[in-house]
Amino acid sequence: MAKMTMVQAINLALKQEMEKDDNVVVLGEDVGVDGGVFRVTEGLFEQFGENRVMDTPLAEAGIIGFSIGMALYGLKPVCEIQFSGFTYLGFHQLESHAARLRGRSAGRFTVPMVLRAPYGGGVRALEHHSESREAYFAHTPGLKMVIPSSPRNARALLVSAIRDPDPVVYFEPKALYRAFREEVPEDEETMELGRSRIAREGKDITLISYGAMLHETMQAASALHQKQGIEAEVIDLMTIAPLDDALFIESARKTGRVVVIHEAPRSFGPGAEVAVRLVEKSFLYLEAPIRRVTGFDLVIPLFQREKAYLPGVDRIVRAVRETLDF
Amino acid sequence: MEVAKEKKIEMLRSMLLTRRFEETLTELCKNEGKIPGMMILCTGQEAVGSGVCAALSPEDVIISNHRSHNHLLTKGADPRAIMAEIYGKSTGCNKGKSGTLHLAVPEVNAPCTTTVVGGGLPIAVGVAFSQQYKKEKAVTVCFFGDGAADEGSFHESLNLASLWSLPIVFVCENNLYAGAQRYEEHTRVKDIADRASAYAMPGEIVDGNDVLAVYEAARTARERAIAGNGPTLIECKTYRCRGHGESDHQLYQPKDEIAAWQEKCPIPRLSDEVFALGLITAEELSALEAEIGAVVQEAVRFAEESPYPKPEEALEDVFV
Ligand SMILES: Cc1ncc(C[n+]2csc(CCOP(=O)(O)OP(=O)(O)O)c2C)c(N)n1
Repeated sequence: MAKMTMVQAINLALKQEMEKDDNVVVLGEDVGVDGGVFRVTEGLFEQFGENRVMDTPLAEAGIIGFSIGMALYGLKPVCEIQFSGFTYLGFHQLESHAARLRGRSAGRFTVPMVLRAPYGGGVRALEHHSESREAYFAHTPGLKMVIPSSPRNARALLVSAIRDPDPVVYFEPKALYRAFREEVPEDEETMELGRSRIAREGKDITLISYGAMLHETMQAASALHQKQGIEAEVIDLMTIAPLDDALFIESARKTGRVVVIHEAPRSFGPGAEVAVRLVEKSFLYLEAPIRRVTGFDLVIPLFQREKAYLPGVDRIVRAVRETLDF
Repeated sequence: MEVAKEKKIEMLRSMLLTRRFEETLTELCKNEGKIPGMMILCTGQEAVGSGVCAALSPEDVIISNHRSHNHLLTKGADPRAIMAEIYGKSTGCNKGKSGTLHLAVPEVNAPCTTTVVGGGLPIAVGVAFSQQYKKEKAVTVCFFGDGAADEGSFHESLNLASLWSLPIVFVCENNLYAGAQRYEEHTRVKDIADRASAYAMPGEIVDGNDVLAVYEAARTARERAIAGNGPTLIECKTYRCRGHGESDHQLYQPKDEIAAWQEKCPIPRLSDEVFALGLITAEELSALEAEIGAVVQEAVRFAEESPYPKPEEALEDVFV
């Protein structure tokens, strides 16, 4: 096993899936010769050539639309949009076609495509290059929305996403691209979409997060443990839609207290959906109101105030204290 | 038509100002932490914005893209407010909330620069519609790159502007690259200007490093638009002498190509001419350069001494 960054792990998933299946193709702006803005597709053009790794013109609606057509007729396209903030130019193709063609064709067609895009804050970039708008996609019936939290699960989830018969929007937390390394097995590894995992076991409170914020949450959990002996259970959603509520409901029934953490804006964010599922399915077990630690209902600010916007350990610890002291 | 001496000096001044301003940004970028994020410069392309904006009146509106510094400075934006915004300071033109890629200067009718490639085109069409509707003696100019001409919004916008004979000038800065892609790698048409005929409007090709030629083309297009004869597409052939942004090492741009275009730099081209014609003396030229140096220095001082916005300022000018 090699220790890899998330960039290398995603690259490995693409490379191995392309080796295994000729129908897997990669397309996007500067993904070929250049290897991508974040070097995620580096080496693929050299190995697989211009017929399978395609540099496209600037045309997001086209890139997403082309991918749908390829997917309808036997290919498994993995398209890259340079930053998640530019997916909106092609949103109509995702929402009106990728998400709907399975139903519209009475199940005779599916759209086995993956849309990859770097997303999220924490790298001192500007707006459109830092935002976290996974809710748009999670809100769209017919799309799967996946956000990994580590090199190893990034690799396994991407392999599963490529093999999935339906369109998957796969957002890569760019703050984690090179944040740390993890052992990633050379041998194939998959991970079922629509499943969350327990990232840390505990009995006092349940913390639910994903993506880069999982790491703030884990740090908060260990700080709470060290300083106050609090045993927080941390759940990593990994797939935002379809949402796996079984695991967090079970955890909430055990702990009775829940905080949800994400960097996406607060209103109508994934945390709202999680909280309502908990109310619907574990109301009588809850000992305190469910709290959310999230981004604010604003465009993500410039670098100087990014830290104030993103949930950090302090804000998470405070919310946990308030929930425990309720 | 002969261009007045004052006009020529004005264009020389704005190109020099942009160059000095951006050279300073390059230096500041190297200073870790001062200005994080992207820094997208127009070195070598100054003649486009400087020539076009010299043909405009204050009422005319410009919509710009990610490579906007020259467009804005030439339209008359305060260099201090632009510099402070790039620094993310609360005295910046967007109160330190946007940074270099989304500069907006409503006072000089530059309401929107957008980093979303192609995003400005339909907005410009809407502004031009308003100008026509209100019978204003003003036009809208939309600046965009060759890469943007591949986006769907380019085609939608040209079609509509032509259909409604709107007072708009589309200015394509063809700098031979879109990100790491060379022009021929992203389109088959030899000239972006060719696309104008598909929308029944004139498509002009201009030497984008010749500021006087750019000025003339823009003036003609503006007159046409004001007269109610509809839009023009002007393609300025120029070259991106630096990388896409300052962190781009330009490995894909041949060194001799860069060198050849540096030879064609629009600034000495104009300064040599005005000098040869005796429109400016050597002393006047160095005085101009010194004055511009002081303006940029003052902009940096202003930005450095200004405060960052307070966290609660994030809640101003929005509704939550
Ligand atoms: C819709 C969209 N897609 C991708 C990007 C990333 N991006 C920023 S500038 C750029 C290249 C634009 O090329 P061009 O329009 O020719 O302008 P130039 O940079 O050459 O001035 C790219 C790909 C973006 N900002 N917006």
